[in-house]
Amino acid sequence: MDLSIVELSRIQFAMTALYHFLFVPLTLGLSIVVAIMETVYVMTNRPIWRQMTKFWGTLFGINFVLGVATGITMEFQFGMNWSYYSHYVGDIFGAPLAIEGLMAFFLEATFVGLFFFGWDKLGKVQHLVVAWLVALGSNFSALWILIANGWMQNPVGASFNPITMRMEMTSFFDVLFNPVAQAKFVHTTSAGYVTAAVFVIGVSAWYMLKGRHWELARRSIAVASAFGLASALSVVLLGDESGYDVSQNQKMKMAAIEAMWNTEPAPAPFTLFGMPDQQARETKWAVHIPWAMGLIGTRSLTREIPGINQLVAENVNKIRSGIVAYGALMKIREAKGDVPDNVQVSFENHSRDLGYAFLLKPYVNDPRTATEAQIVKAANDTVPTVWPLFWSFRIMVALGFGFIGTMAYFFYMASFKGMRFPRPALRLAVWMIPAPWIAAELGWFTAEFGRQPWTVDGVLPTALSVSHLSATDLAITIAGFALFYSVLFIVEMGLMIKYIRKGPYQDVEETEEWMERHEKRLNACDDDRAGLSPAE
Amino acid sequence: MILHTLIDFDILKVIWWLLLGVLLIGFALTDGFDMGVGALLPFVGKTDVERRVAINTVGPVWEGNQVWFILGGGAIFAAWPPLYAVSFSGFYLAMFAILAALILRPVAFKYRSKRDGAGWRATWDWALFVGGAVPALIFGVAVGNVLQGVPFRLTEDLHSIYEGTFFGLLNPFALLAGVVSLTMLLTHGAAWLSLKAEGPVAARARAIGSITGLVAVVGYALAGLWLAFGIPAYHFAGAVPADMPANPLLTAVDHGGSWLAAYGARPWIILAPALGFAGMVMAVLGLRAGREVSTLLWSKLGIFGVISSVGLTMFPFILPSSIDPKSSLTVWDSSSSQMTLFVMLVVTVIFMPIILAYTAWVYKVLWGKVTEAEVTSNSHSVY
Repeated sequence: MDLSIVELSRIQFAMTALYHFLFVPLTLGLSIVVAIMETVYVMTNRPIWRQMTKFWGTLFGINFVLGVATGITMEFQFGMNWSYYSHYVGDIFGAPLAIEGLMAFFLEATFVGLFFFGWDKLGKVQHLVVAWLVALGSNFSALWILIANGWMQNPVGASFNPITMRMEMTSFFDVLFNPVAQAKFVHTTSAGYVTAAVFVIGVSAWYMLKGRHWELARRSIAVASAFGLASALSVVLLGDESGYDVSQNQKMKMAAIEAMWNTEPAPAPFTLFGMPDQQARETKWAVHIPWAMGLIGTRSLTREIPGINQLVAENVNKIRSGIVAYGALMKIREAKGDVPDNVQVSFENHSRDLGYAFLLKPYVNDPRTATEAQIVKAANDTVPTVWPLFWSFRIMVALGFGFIGTMAYFFYMASFKGMRFPRPALRLAVWMIPAPWIAAELGWFTAEFGRQPWTVDGVLPTALSVSHLSATDLAITIAGFALFYSVLFIVEMGLMIKYIRKGPYQDVEETEEWMERHEKRLNACDDDRAGLSPAE
Repeated sequence: MILHTLIDFDILKVIWWLLLGVLLIGFALTDGFDMGVGALLPFVGKTDVERRVAINTVGPVWEGNQVWFILGGGAIFAAWPPLYAVSFSGFYLAMFAILAALILRPVAFKYRSKRDGAGWRATWDWALFVGGAVPALIFGVAVGNVLQGVPFRLTEDLHSIYEGTFFGLLNPFALLAGVVSLTMLLTHGAAWLSLKAEGPVAARARAIGSITGLVAVVGYALAGLWLAFGIPAYHFAGAVPADMPANPLLTAVDHGGSWLAAYGARPWIILAPALGFAGMVMAVLGLRAGREVSTLLWSKLGIFGVISSVGLTMFPFILPSSIDPKSSLTVWDSSSSQMTLFVMLVVTVIFMPIILAYTAWVYKVLWGKVTEAEVTSNSHSVY
């Protein structure tokens, strides 16, 4: 096992996955915002709403295409860089990816073309349906990918088959209704909606500051702030936390996030700030909020949350149990079909912990010969590096509360104060545009780095998951992706800025037609400002 | 749950082998013409407007078409995990080249029209050319290598170890297969342009397509002869239970004899290469005669025949190993579990008809030729 290959493969996955997720959240949210705007257009017939649909749709399109393009890498790199992982869990993990293709990608990709090209070819309602199908497809895609990812966090509905040397599905419904996956789906899509809301409000605020496109900006803020407030509440309240309670290794992740070295009496305090020290296993200068952690983590006053040291001690036992499973597995393989009953029973009793024996692989080729010191070392490896988790989680949560505040403020001003935003608030909205991306990337970092040293919790260590590649292979692809993705990012940002500066495309003919048709109604209704300037 | 035992394991394996074929053929039939159009772009369009006509013939549909490929990857992962693990890591740098091309292509379609500069547009034209030609070539090269056997072996723990090099993939037979695949998709793209474009773009496409079509026919014939008489086949050394557990190391495989033996054992499979030839020849004749709809249909039948001929000749082999034949992946020993195959089949049976229905509807909405007038008057909404 070559550790540099493992490190390089991890760097490549982190790089391409985080890059892919620069485009996904905006796709998830903006597809819905655009569909809402088009719905208003179809209901009211006002050209301004069609203009808004097209304007935000253009920005959606520039972003969407990079999400699609970089998603192809995601689909393929499991096989390219993680071939043992693909063999070992493909029987379960591959299914949601394939279903994602059938149920989601086809839907969004087939209709997104029609969304942009079909304005003159479809009826109004038909086009609206197309817009909603694109949004639905994008969100279904998130559902299936999070079922796949949720299984890596909490591998339910599967067991190890010693003949095929891999995990095989035992219950599709367990995989589908995995509580971790469901919590992650709500959390991740809501975060995408917040991203879109912050983006739409930020761009609209910039127009207001510049005194441009007032009609578009104020309506966009009205839609985005309502949508964003609901979503921001959903991200935090229905957040990921509920899922941490489910499996053992999620407990390790939670303890690491909280830098909780030892089990505290229930309900445990929440460490607001502090400096985690991994060597000494303590958190210096910690500021605690009594009870908070116990309440968040267990939704109870009496249940304990295990600390890192206690979890490590448990993992020592699991490694011992895993060694028994490994021994039985070797005997089953040698027996070639004629397996003695006691070996079979021993394997069945311990196969749950087989993955823990693989944690010894970096230290000893045959886990059965591991020394006591090696077992302790491997158990200590189950603690992820604490400080990056501790801090990324806290920044993410702080941003999450910040979004609730901002959205509530904009919603209040838009709904009850006639959009009279003070200029500093508008400036803040513009500066906030990158914040949801930072929160989303930190969230993924917490989820994936926190699962280390596993690719599939308790089942397959990361170090064992890689392909047999050379460092040169990986250097070529890492350099290629870095260069290629940087150029695409610059191009994308350039186009986004260009099209934001350019503003909405105004279809003069259509607007005039509309004004003529509605002249009578406009005269009758004298305070309809929108009607007097339907498209600026 | 015992529902999944309703269909026998061996039957599920054959169904998923067929579905793998359906996905690859679906990809070649749909995304094949957009890759063909991309690769033909520099030759069929001399001015920006002409190029935009060519691009807009596929503008609204390339994205959906590409999903056939992505779904192909996902379905291989779900239904044939060892195949996914061995081939994607083994063909590592070739896969990276395909990825780069397939990332470049969507971006080029979408971003080319977003700025007016000649340099900007020329850059993306080049990207569309690469994005179409490179994957079309590499897919053929990959098939050429698969037919010869690929230098990989499986360890006892089923780690896949690839012992070849990137340049080893570029051997003469594989390059010939690459030429067949590239020219076949160029012809398909030309047939599409002849249907969807008009004027000089369609005329140039027909002229080029009738040449590439001939190259494809001749190349396919040569590759067939070479395969029959110059490339040793793979076969099981002994009986293999079709419902065996999926572990490739449990079967013994011999390397030798001719792939032609498959045609002795299952004579009906001769229909596949026959259809391949007939389709490609009729497509060339159709391009010369200026027929539109029927030419595209013949081109589709030709591609269908060519791809099926590879699969049917190799059956039950999917990915033979040249250095360690017993590691070879076959239909019987490299699938997912019975439950996964069953669940995936149920999902496919539900969604595939829906996908085909709405895809057909989209093509119906977009029916008709893309004209220069339409492209120039809708510059803000089309590519």
